[in-house]
Amino acid sequence: MSNATRIAKDPAMKKYFATLTAIAGLIALVLAAAPARAAGGDTPHYPIEKPALESWSFAGFFGRFDSAQLQRGFQVYREVCAGCHGLELIAFRNLTEKGGPNFSEDEVRALAAEYDITDGPDQSGEMFERSGVLSDYFPSPFPNDQAAAAGLGAVPPDLSVITKARGVSRGIQWTLLDFFTQYQEGGADYMHALLTGYSEPPEDIEVSDGNYYNPYFIAGPSLAMPEPLFDELVTYEDGSPETIDQYSRDVSAFLMWTAEPHLVERKRIGFQVVIFLFVFASLLYFSKKRVWASVPH
Amino acid sequence: MAATTSYQPKSRLGKWFEARLPVMGLVHSSFIVYPTPRNLNYWWTFGAILSFMLVVQIITGVVLAMHYIPDAATAFNSVEHIMRDVNYGWMLRYLHANGASIFFLAAYIHILRGLYYGSYKDPREILWILGVIIFLLMMATAFMGYVLPWGQMSFWAATVITSLFSAIPLVGESITTWLWGGFAVEGPTLNRFYSLHYLLPFMIAGVVVLHIWALHVVGQNNPTGIEIKSKQDTVPFTPQATIKDSFAVVCILILFAWLVFFLPNYLGHPDNYIAADPLKTPAHIVPEWYFLPFYAILRAIPSKLGGVVAMFGSIAILIFVPWLDTSKVRSAVYRPIFRQFFWIFVLTGIGLGYLGSQPPEGGFVIAARILTAYYFAHFLIVMPLVGLLERPKPMPSSITESVLAKGKSGDGSPAETGA
Repeated sequence: MSNATRIAKDPAMKKYFATLTAIAGLIALVLAAAPARAAGGDTPHYPIEKPALESWSFAGFFGRFDSAQLQRGFQVYREVCAGCHGLELIAFRNLTEKGGPNFSEDEVRALAAEYDITDGPDQSGEMFERSGVLSDYFPSPFPNDQAAAAGLGAVPPDLSVITKARGVSRGIQWTLLDFFTQYQEGGADYMHALLTGYSEPPEDIEVSDGNYYNPYFIAGPSLAMPEPLFDELVTYEDGSPETIDQYSRDVSAFLMWTAEPHLVERKRIGFQVVIFLFVFASLLYFSKKRVWASVPH
Repeated sequence: MAATTSYQPKSRLGKWFEARLPVMGLVHSSFIVYPTPRNLNYWWTFGAILSFMLVVQIITGVVLAMHYIPDAATAFNSVEHIMRDVNYGWMLRYLHANGASIFFLAAYIHILRGLYYGSYKDPREILWILGVIIFLLMMATAFMGYVLPWGQMSFWAATVITSLFSAIPLVGESITTWLWGGFAVEGPTLNRFYSLHYLLPFMIAGVVVLHIWALHVVGQNNPTGIEIKSKQDTVPFTPQATIKDSFAVVCILILFAWLVFFLPNYLGHPDNYIAADPLKTPAHIVPEWYFLPFYAILRAIPSKLGGVVAMFGSIAILIFVPWLDTSKVRSAVYRPIFRQFFWIFVLTGIGLGYLGSQPPEGGFVIAARILTAYYFAHFLIVMPLVGLLERPKPMPSSITESVLAKGKSGDGSPAETGA
């Protein structure tokens, strides 16, 4: 008599299985019902709209930055965002990185020279201004957060790591799937959705003075930043479309690079490491089989 | 350990050294000829995986410490300096951050393997309790390590967890101030957490030595839960266990590499890339994934002190498992009822983890309360009662018999004992 039939015929066992099923069912029910009940909770959940998934050159196993796109994105940052947002972790020299924006050294030298950098103190103890060099970091538009808040009504966040600092939860089922699809572009998707997402507020949502409605904003229905991009705001030299969509795509890609400058190197090494480990694992597997061949286990 | 040594140094230098410090003999008896049950399955490779991960964490951590600055004003940027300007700094940091996750994943599997096969039972109680101590030290180390990047989640996790101590009656406030080194989480807190984060892994390493020592005194458990009775039941540690452990370690490394190189921020929280700001509380404060079940238990209890007691109790209760389980049979392979309850317990843990990641409102709170109650019921009611009421399945007389029987017929739970 097999175990299964023996268990099925035992009345105590039947009772026990009924209890067991009841417990498991209760746990499943509790977990399934929880989100439904929580949806009616008091705390409002933002963003109102989830960002759409965009296609990025740096996504996936073989992801690479598109240097032309990063150069355009840098142009958008410099001509539009830099008025308010700093990029304090990025040095001019970084702009020459291969696999990144890949500007020529001469271009970046000339660019850095356009910035005034406060240096010092000199031998008489005075601070002085000089033009920027490759090793300088991007100067921030405001001397401190208080000055920014006084001028703008809110502190504009530094953009160096912003695409890693923003991410909208996609729910448990997608999060589990993301492990296999290697989805790590939530920050860039969010940025693109936010920059293209300004719209008229619906009637039931109140937007406070000095704020602008954007259903994609992660921390509320509106934010202090007015819509920054307009069609034909920035003149591209490579003939790319001069649209809000293209600008926001390019600047989001650029900010992904500033947040993760070693992404290309990381994925390249990762590819080699994974290949090596698979070969190593199979060698060990067959060695293991051989070693254990004479021992029933 | 010394009793089984058969190490004969061959060279003159070897003989001279061995006569003065028999360390090679110790290694030989512990990791070469050490008899290991022949029927161990892959769930038994997680000890080796954990040892390997501890070494990875210590090596990457020591190098990271050369570049990190434990100062409230510069900590966040010093981590970014590591990510950008230190040679392969990004790799070191991602290895260290994701290494903690792999470490905990392996620890949870290792603990659950012990619970399933009854590895805590007589005579392995001390071995088990040492394991619980390692687990507690790991949690303290991981928590303090998470604070070091000094991002928003670092700061607020530190605030939430250290504030728990203020729930202690009478002396709670004083203890919290003492832990902080001030009147809030600030520079001195970061500085001492850094110091302790560097110290605790070496304490873990010390307890691991005791853990392995205790293991080698009482011998390894195995899927049948039957003690080794003859030499026939065993194989030497090297090459059999060594090669199998190596294979398992490399398999885990594939998972590790997948995270480090392609999903380095998958398990982290985006808010931790925002520098700590004591004036801005994040919308949802959540710990790292490996603390989520305990976080759910903490929040499930309506009183603060009660929550703290339940959270620490949920770990402390593991210490009493050897005495809460009343069954004479070790392995769940021969315990048809306990085996079902074991898997319900695993589901409860996963469910609590999910609830810990969700905001504490509405149905999530009710669900967390029910699962918390079940978590404790598993130890306090299920374990003692099932042990008394259950009728175990017939057991083979020895490890060898179970192995040979499995080879002949399909009966005898090949899924559990297979390797």
